[in-house]
Amino acid sequence: MRVVLAEDQALLRDGLIRLLTAFGMEVPAAVASGPELVDALLEYRPDVAVVDVRLPPTFTNEGLSAAIEARARIPGLPVLILSQHVERLYARELLAGGGGGIGYLLKDRVSDVRRFVEAVRDVAAGGTAMDPEVVAQLLAGRGHEQTLERLTAREREVLAVMAEGRANAAVGARLGITEKAVSKHINNIFMKLDLLPAEDDNRRVLAVLRYLDG
Amino acid sequence: MRISRPIARARAGKALTSAGRGLLLALLALTVSLPLFIAGVLGFAYSATGIGILITPAITRWVRGFAERERRRAAAWSGVRIASPYRPRPDTSGDGAMLRLLRSWRWVWGDSATWRDLLWLFVNIPVGLVLGLLPAYLVALSVQFVLAVPMLAVTGGSVAYWWVAFGLGAVTLPLTPFAGGPILKAHARFSASLLSPAKQTLAARVGALTESRSQVLDSSASELRRIERDLHDGAQTRIAALGLNIGLAEQLVRQDPDAAVALLAEARESSGLALADLRNLVRGIHPPVLAERGLDGAIRALALTVPLPVELDLAVPDALPAPIESAVYFALAEAFANAVKHGGNRISVHVRRVEPDSLGEPILLVASVRDDGRGGARVQPGGGLDGIAQRLAAFDGGLAVHSPAGGPTIVSMELPCA
Repeated sequence: MRVVLAEDQALLRDGLIRLLTAFGMEVPAAVASGPELVDALLEYRPDVAVVDVRLPPTFTNEGLSAAIEARARIPGLPVLILSQHVERLYARELLAGGGGGIGYLLKDRVSDVRRFVEAVRDVAAGGTAMDPEVVAQLLAGRGHEQTLERLTAREREVLAVMAEGRANAAVGARLGITEKAVSKHINNIFMKLDLLPAEDDNRRVLAVLRYLDG
Repeated sequence: MRISRPIARARAGKALTSAGRGLLLALLALTVSLPLFIAGVLGFAYSATGIGILITPAITRWVRGFAERERRRAAAWSGVRIASPYRPRPDTSGDGAMLRLLRSWRWVWGDSATWRDLLWLFVNIPVGLVLGLLPAYLVALSVQFVLAVPMLAVTGGSVAYWWVAFGLGAVTLPLTPFAGGPILKAHARFSASLLSPAKQTLAARVGALTESRSQVLDSSASELRRIERDLHDGAQTRIAALGLNIGLAEQLVRQDPDAAVALLAEARESSGLALADLRNLVRGIHPPVLAERGLDGAIRALALTVPLPVELDLAVPDALPAPIESAVYFALAEAFANAVKHGGNRISVHVRRVEPDSLGEPILLVASVRDDGRGGARVQPGGGLDGIAQRLAAFDGGLAVHSPAGGPTIVSMELPCA
């Protein structure tokens, strides 16, 4: 699996390269600024881009806008955004283009190496990996939207953990319920969100998108 | 001394301009100052009967409009800048029609600037008339003196008188271009003496600024203490523990790998907690989204974290000074929290830039947060809204809370932004 990396702090960039290659991934390019990132993505067409939000030259949200620009030019390009802080606004902008292959994690999560690598793989495979803190912000900012009001409290919990990119077994373990109960809840969620089984799209991703993209 | 033709023409033009402007001042003194003064006095005198209260807004508009034009005229003609002294209009949106009239009556007559305007109108009747007529009179007189010579030649009379008249005219006529300007300036100075903010007003403002400055110093000192304490009890302690755990793991890695792994796991957790601490601290000092998106984007991001639908109407000027952006951001965050606390169903936010009505006033950034909750919000000392008020006072801004029982609540704030 090929990963293009954008991180301006050399220490963290080297650490990430070491981490990703240790797990059998290839890093053809590791850049330190927004414009370089777009060029590298267009040149190498990686399986996934891992991008720091704040990059030179402006040190604003250069990384985020470069990622969005790259996704406009390479539709469906999986992008995992890393940041020192999470904003629901940014999650929404990332998801606005539609489709999966989006991750948005706090930089701290890198320290949980296994879960971080799992998230990189999930995103590369077209899934979503939202930081629990983004999900918490979403939960705080919700409660008034009609589609989601149809869900029970438990179903919302299940959807929240799903949004982090966890599989059924992991969802069950987190909420202390059986995997079977999880899949029952998930089916109810699909039904309530009008996601019919006949559709080709990955319903899991769609449900999460509907949930995140208020 | 020879004077070239263009210079002579320019000087004649100057004399005639001053004369024309003076005539206009005299005309205004008679036809506007006098009736407005009478209207103002009658408006106040009849307040008790209610009629005065009804006509006060219209009279105020005329009087202040005329005074404002005089302030602009003084600046344009004589370079005398006169700042506008009026108190800001109270926020009466949401009041009933009667209450609104009463409050605006109190706003007008409780302002010493209104009385000074009226005094100016009264004194301007003679002063405007005399000073206004003077430049034109000087020109007319000089011309008459010079023309007196041929006229007397026709009508006859004392030769000595001819020469005296001609001599006077020949001396005064070239001086008229230089007399008009100072006379108009004298009038502008007279206007400035009554139309500028009163000394007490300025003194009161200096007092308010001194007080807000010492409040700011206090609050920034306690803010620094809080940051120091947070760092000391939070991140610093956790990072120290982190170093300890890693050191222990280093010792144990050969003899007891399992224990070393457990220590390292603990160290990782500790680093995560330290980062979370720092993140919260940073959010409280300068929210990162503000650095990344500016005030507009930061308000949008803030609105998304509020558990209510928020309607945004933002016209935020670019390139605001950073301290102002952050003051407005924190003020809005507090206002949102307040709206949620009062049980509203929806919030609407307006932010815009307001150009000043008159010369010498700063451009304002005005923000309002409205919710349809149960109302009854008050600015209590030490409370959240009081905190906003102090934060804004540091920038010479202010806060008004309008929150009748039963709602809606409107928290409006303004601060000079340029």
